[in-house]
Amino acid sequence: MSVLLTAENVSKFYGTRAGCREVSFELWPGEVLAIVGESGSGKTTLLRCLSGHIPASSGTIRYTMRDGRAAALDEMSEAERRLLMRTDWGFVHQDARDGLRMGVSAGANVGERMMAVGERHYGRIRSTATDWLKRVEIPEDRIDDSPWGYSGGMRQRLQIARNLVTSPRLVFMDEPTGGLDVSVQARLLDLIRGLVKRLGLAAIVVTHDLAVARLLSSRMMVMQKGQVIEQGLTDQILEDPQAPYTQLLVSSVLQV
Amino acid sequence: MNAPAYNFAYLNEQTKRMIRRAILKAIAVPGYQVPFASREMPMPYGWGTGGVQVTAAVLTPEDTLKVIDQGADDTTNAVSIRKFFVKTSGVATTEKTEEATVIQTRHRIPETPLTEDQILVFQVPIPEPLRFLEPRETETRTMHALEEYGVMHVKLYEDIAHYGEIATTYAYPAKVADRYVFDPSPIPKFDNPKLDDCAALQLFGAGREKRIYAVPPYTKVQSLDFEDHPFEVQRWQEPCALCGSRDSFLDEIVMDDKGTRMFVCSDTDFCAKTRGER
Repeated sequence: MSVLLTAENVSKFYGTRAGCREVSFELWPGEVLAIVGESGSGKTTLLRCLSGHIPASSGTIRYTMRDGRAAALDEMSEAERRLLMRTDWGFVHQDARDGLRMGVSAGANVGERMMAVGERHYGRIRSTATDWLKRVEIPEDRIDDSPWGYSGGMRQRLQIARNLVTSPRLVFMDEPTGGLDVSVQARLLDLIRGLVKRLGLAAIVVTHDLAVARLLSSRMMVMQKGQVIEQGLTDQILEDPQAPYTQLLVSSVLQV
Repeated sequence: MNAPAYNFAYLNEQTKRMIRRAILKAIAVPGYQVPFASREMPMPYGWGTGGVQVTAAVLTPEDTLKVIDQGADDTTNAVSIRKFFVKTSGVATTEKTEEATVIQTRHRIPETPLTEDQILVFQVPIPEPLRFLEPRETETRTMHALEEYGVMHVKLYEDIAHYGEIATTYAYPAKVADRYVFDPSPIPKFDNPKLDDCAALQLFGAGREKRIYAVPPYTKVQSLDFEDHPFEVQRWQEPCALCGSRDSFLDEIVMDDKGTRMFVCSDTDFCAKTRGER
């Protein structure tokens, strides 16, 4: 087994202000990494750099393709990068409306990636879409409904199905449970955890919610002011935070 | 003789030259939308300003022009454009498809097969087939450049999911020469097979959107479909009530307020020819 994604000294500057600076880590297949920190700490900027949505100002990001070749994101052609994004990668947005095609039915949303990689058989697309809706606990008879008629939790689950249909190896998630009420959050987390485990997915999850990090991730990075101030095993960091800021974060979680 | 009030075919020579360059590029890259500096024409957008500019650029004094709108030679749009060119260029006009060298059309391809000596000019309202699925022009251009056409099938998928069949009946997307997906303008899908391997040069002009594209003679044009839902054209139960043709595109005409209907050829010239009335 080899490293799936490597980040080396990744920095992103907006003018002179740093979004994130000097971030380095390795991600292995099947591993879930959480990036936590408060608003404005550079989590989302880092995620957008890693997923190729915005170019990093400096540093390199390498991804190991299916053929075993480690390719630097900024050296790939745009065609290669876009193909990667719709086959080997998934991106789950915080707001499902950003990740879904709201104008078309749920079935078409799930089928889109299949059609994008050349599937031209309606029956097969339909049955795969049905199967995926079932796996994310969306009733089969809602397949032809528009996502506008879906609840927030359903939209988020639909977004996950849409991303996973091409069996990606790496999924980026930006606050996947943000904006959902707690009971829906719990169910969604449970679903994501199950899928990640069953499919052996690697994932990078950005969240400000330490509970999400604890439930989903095996490893985590704590960010503050664009820099990684602590990283390690999730349980270890949450039980025994070293950096003062991490201690503050952990102690500010509400206990019920 | 007085100095002519207009340059031949209204546009000045430099403008025609610019449009001809765009046309040449369009022919060289079949189905690719070439931007051009569309001019204000003395008619409103939506009346075929794109088609008119293309026609003006390809017209020569020896040409014979035919103009049709929804297949008919005598509808407002066709009459206005024909008059415009008679006034500004003095070319001969005809209603007979086989006599014309340049045919400007809105919404139809003539039923009579076209020949190598003819140019068919389409008026196009929205040249971008991906527009309704992807509103950003920067993104649609990238999608064309990288041949990312999966989303076109999303539209067809939606049709089948909701109507049980591909319900798109006009402006049916097709792929030209195995490369670019294009919008054949709002012709009925009945006419899509005529685009394929056509002997005539087919030019498409969109005035408001400032785009020209082309299908060169004898070029492969393939309508998009699914393996298990292949492309099909419209069929009618009855023949044309006037000429009896069974293989032309029929218009439904409401005859009274009691539900009487009549199906007649939309191509008026073809209908008259079949009846032997010309």
